[in-house]
Amino acid sequence: MSKRIELQKLNVYYSSFLAVEDVNMVIEPKAITAFIGPSGCGKSTLIRTLNRMHEVIPGARVEGQLLMDGEDVYGPDVDPVRVRRQVGMVFQRPNPFPTMSIKDNVLSGYKLNNSRMSKTEAEELTEKALVGANLWNEVKDRLDKPGSGLSGGQQQRLCIARAIAVEPDVILMDEPTSALDPISTAAIEDLAVELKEKFTVVIVTHNMQQASRISDMTAFFTIAGTGMPGKLIEYDKTEKIFSNPAEQQTEDYVSGRFG
Amino acid sequence: MTSQVTSSFQGTADLPKWVSPAMLLAFFLGSFTLQVMLASSTEQNELNLIPVAVFGLVGYAVALYALSRFVEGRRKATDRLVTILVTAAFSLALIPLLSLAYTVVQNGVARFDAEFFTFSMRNIVGEGGGALHAIIGTLEITGIATLISVPIGIMAAIYLVEYGRGTIARLVTFFVDVMTGVPSIVAGLFAYALFVIFFGPGVRMGLGGAIALSVLMIPVVIRATEEMLKIVPNELREAAYALGVPKWLTVIKVVLPTALAGIATGVMISIARVIGETAPLLIIAGFTASMNYNPFDERMMTLPVFVYTSYANQGVDMQSYVDRAWAGALTLMLIVMVLNLVARLISKYFSPKG
Repeated sequence: MSKRIELQKLNVYYSSFLAVEDVNMVIEPKAITAFIGPSGCGKSTLIRTLNRMHEVIPGARVEGQLLMDGEDVYGPDVDPVRVRRQVGMVFQRPNPFPTMSIKDNVLSGYKLNNSRMSKTEAEELTEKALVGANLWNEVKDRLDKPGSGLSGGQQQRLCIARAIAVEPDVILMDEPTSALDPISTAAIEDLAVELKEKFTVVIVTHNMQQASRISDMTAFFTIAGTGMPGKLIEYDKTEKIFSNPAEQQTEDYVSGRFG
Repeated sequence: MTSQVTSSFQGTADLPKWVSPAMLLAFFLGSFTLQVMLASSTEQNELNLIPVAVFGLVGYAVALYALSRFVEGRRKATDRLVTILVTAAFSLALIPLLSLAYTVVQNGVARFDAEFFTFSMRNIVGEGGGALHAIIGTLEITGIATLISVPIGIMAAIYLVEYGRGTIARLVTFFVDVMTGVPSIVAGLFAYALFVIFFGPGVRMGLGGAIALSVLMIPVVIRATEEMLKIVPNELREAAYALGVPKWLTVIKVVLPTALAGIATGVMISIARVIGETAPLLIIAGFTASMNYNPFDERMMTLPVFVYTSYANQGVDMQSYVDRAWAGALTLMLIVMVLNLVARLISKYFSPKG
């Protein structure tokens, strides 16, 4: 399952501060969409609105519409917890649960929600998720060891396994490789390309090569100055953004002349 | 120096390793001999150890600094001087502690026997008797106080860290701070006043003692738990939210287990803090010479009160009362020590491995 996400006139606020202004875009299913732009331009803020994670911060709110396959994510009867069950997220720093084993980390989406499952079911699911995250061969002999004993790159793939184990429709990745070395980064990138076969993948990255390597669509955000809201400048096919962008600002950024 | 190559990293020569301990020994021996000679010349029989330590230490510090300054240079000399000062301060802080432990053990072992743990003081004047009634009372009253304080304290801390916003949270924090400083006698009076409402004046019962101890214990538990919950990384909470886990389950299944080791340590420390309280128990739990297993009725003896009354109201055979007091103090210290060991084991067993 994967879903199309539509953003219409989306404004994101932290209390009275407008962080992201007037975003209109359509995120395609079964594709990787990359958000690029300088620090502080609202990429992370925007990606966190897609699974209603940003409202965990007191005072944060959203105006405008966010539709997922036509359903309003910010509708009056929508339970944010249910949204997050369908939209998985991987964070900048790997954050496996330190009290849990590798296996329990993979199954945490179920275990933390008190869902019961048989032992064989749990084992099958663990294997499927870890194979899906390209981690199975490295950890299959130590599933009962703590997840925090893995390397940074392995921990990040464990977090991806945890996210895909609950079978979401969308996977959000907020700078998933910025704390990793090039080899682990390559592993995560390969994985992201595999994941788009089944999911809608949205990735925030500071690494423009990464965006051009793996993404199908790229959105460029920027900010006019400190205290100003971030804005979507250009959103198009990745090749177009990196070879022949319509906006001068985009060209300056992707060619390295600013930011 | 034998080496032909001179490096810019080479400094002056170091003093050999044995110099510092050898000098320490030499100065203390010298200082000791000096005192012995002084004592014999003035025909004093008492040898005062304080000047031995002071002269030995000061002499050692000055001499080592001078020698090091001469051989090793200023930076290393200063380093040695500061090391001596810090170590001396540490030893100074340790002296009362060791002296206390030594005194309690030395005086306590006299009556630290089977009878002490199997008899109460009923019908005993003079020798014999024991503190079983006080030990039972202390364990029951502290146990009940823990049962009351720990759930309240942990839940209040969860409220403050995870849910509390605005005026109410600030008020609770303020009153927790105030309660941390409540004198224990006030807690005892509070419990007494509370129980007088229900049972009339002159009420004495173990439960009242437990209430008084809870008043002292709750703020300690809240503070300790609050600090532990605050250091649980926010990333773990976000990871759970992103998996579609509701907030209350995130708190129960992610935040609390991660902080469990620290919370357990905090609880043990809070128990150790109240188990030696005397004043509130003197008021509301009272004192008795007899066994009382029922915390809901009648006077109940506790170890601190046992120690106090044994010492304050010595009978005809004074020495046996004093001995019992010390044995009670030793027992109390051992209980606190066991609690600390348990806390360490818990924190070792439960802390996140990685």
